[in-house]
Amino acid sequence: MENNNYAVKTIDIKRTFKKSSNLINALKGISLTVNRGEFFGVLGRNGAGKTTFLKILSTLLYPTSGQAWVGGWDVQKDGQNIREIINLVSGGEESGYGILNVRENLWMFSQFYGIPSSIALKRIDKYLEMFGLKDQAKTRVSALSTGMRQKMNLIRGLLNNPEILFLDEPTVGLDVESARHIRSFLKDWIKENDRTIILTTHYMLEADELSERLAIIEGGEIIALGTPSEFKGLSQTENFYELTVNNFPESLDINIEGVQLISKLPQNGNTILKIRLKEDSLLSELLASLNQHGTKLELLKKKEPTLEDAFVNLVGKSSIDVSGA
Amino acid sequence: MFKKILRELRAIRGRAYVRMVSIRRDLLLLPFQVILPVLAVAAYIYLYRFIGAPPEYGTLVLIGGVMTTYWLNVLWSMASQLYWERMMGNLQIYFLVPASKMSILLGMAVGSMYTTSIRALSTLFVGLVIFRLPIELKNPVAAILLFFLSLSALYGMGMLLSSVFLVWGREAWHLSSLFQEPIYLLSGFYFPVKSLGITLATVASLIPVTLALDGMRQVLIPGGEKMGFLPVWINILILAVMALVFPYLAYYGLNYMERLAKKEGRITTRWQ
Repeated sequence: MENNNYAVKTIDIKRTFKKSSNLINALKGISLTVNRGEFFGVLGRNGAGKTTFLKILSTLLYPTSGQAWVGGWDVQKDGQNIREIINLVSGGEESGYGILNVRENLWMFSQFYGIPSSIALKRIDKYLEMFGLKDQAKTRVSALSTGMRQKMNLIRGLLNNPEILFLDEPTVGLDVESARHIRSFLKDWIKENDRTIILTTHYMLEADELSERLAIIEGGEIIALGTPSEFKGLSQTENFYELTVNNFPESLDINIEGVQLISKLPQNGNTILKIRLKEDSLLSELLASLNQHGTKLELLKKKEPTLEDAFVNLVGKSSIDVSGA
Repeated sequence: MFKKILRELRAIRGRAYVRMVSIRRDLLLLPFQVILPVLAVAAYIYLYRFIGAPPEYGTLVLIGGVMTTYWLNVLWSMASQLYWERMMGNLQIYFLVPASKMSILLGMAVGSMYTTSIRALSTLFVGLVIFRLPIELKNPVAAILLFFLSLSALYGMGMLLSSVFLVWGREAWHLSSLFQEPIYLLSGFYFPVKSLGITLATVASLIPVTLALDGMRQVLIPGGEKMGFLPVWINILILAVMALVFPYLAYYGLNYMERLAKKEGRITTRWQ
């Protein structure tokens, strides 16, 4: 057992997949440590390598090269020891058997960890109550809604009281209320049980609310690592403004050095412009330029940087899902 | 060690439960599951009656019909099961839990044996009570050994096939179809395998169900000794070897499949 001080430690993890005659480099060398008791977020766009990384840590995949330890155990040599102390829940998971009811399904999974039935059923009932699924205990899994099913999946992930819980986009596709409930539960669970959670997500709000530290993965590499406030601090060197304007020409191209138009959104006859300025002093030049084109300013707001701004800054694209369910 | 054994036993029970409960939940399907296997058996019994064959011929078909239900269950519910588990998203979880994959497969086998036994018993009931077919328990120990060893060998074979079918992915369904009819013929479900001739009957004896039928007919049918291809004790011996070898090969097949899954990144993913 090595590197037992950390919940997770990886050194230069690489993973290649062969698809037809092409080699796809899903991970290009990830080195990372996650402390015990930490809520660690992994942010990245679809296909960035987040799920591959979690699959390696949860012993479902071998790395092509590099080393990784989970709870001090080597992922390639000590898979059995790791499986006893971890669990993994993925968003949109459809595991289990539709013919069983929720309680039976969870009991079945508990048996694969060797948990005595009396303890397992007590634990299941406790979590069903906490997740608001008590009334669905006897409902067949095939009759559950997406939100209920995902709550059941999360309970499955908690059944063995794992030291390290991997969550792969656990709130994807959930309604706002269910997602909020799950986030609130996870925050309490990690504190009360002194556990570690590694969460992958592309919801900025979720990452910001839950994570003590974050890694941003892009193209199979970690491009940034730090706390959410450190990330936001990165964006503070620049200034973000939200301008509500009237009569904004569709074809207008703002061509002022140090001024970047992030987005424009029509709303109630006006247009909302999100602007990034290198310095505040460029604002007067921008307003003068808009005025020249007959655009009238209705409202001006200075925006505090968000994790989304930091992410867009770092990854360089704004095509990610930032709806934050 | 004791804790680990308990965990594996619990895993077997957990997975077996799904199959056991399914027969109770789908009560509407039960009449079909009971009646359909009986129809083919009944057809042969009427045929033998029509041509004036001795009633023992009906018992021969009855024993074939009972064992057919197990063989079909192994082929359609065991061999392709891991493939379906993958499609359902359960396979990834089976790789994630500390319980052995063998225990989970064994759980499927135990659950399958339970549900199939209900069907097999109903066929037996129809044959003995409704058609009043003659049966004689000449050697109960041999009969019990033949039955249980053949089930162990058959389900061990099913466990082995399930990892093989998984590697072949989508072809699994076709493989089951490919196996079904030739094995109907070679195992002698509706006739003594002896009538295939020495060469073909020897080849057919590589299939556990052939050995089981050959042995069981000799110890359960009045005058059945004449139908036998191999002596009963040889049937028992070969079945005992198969009951050990097939699960052992299944264990290696599963380990190979798991390594492949982790190395190549497929199998646990539904779309690959």
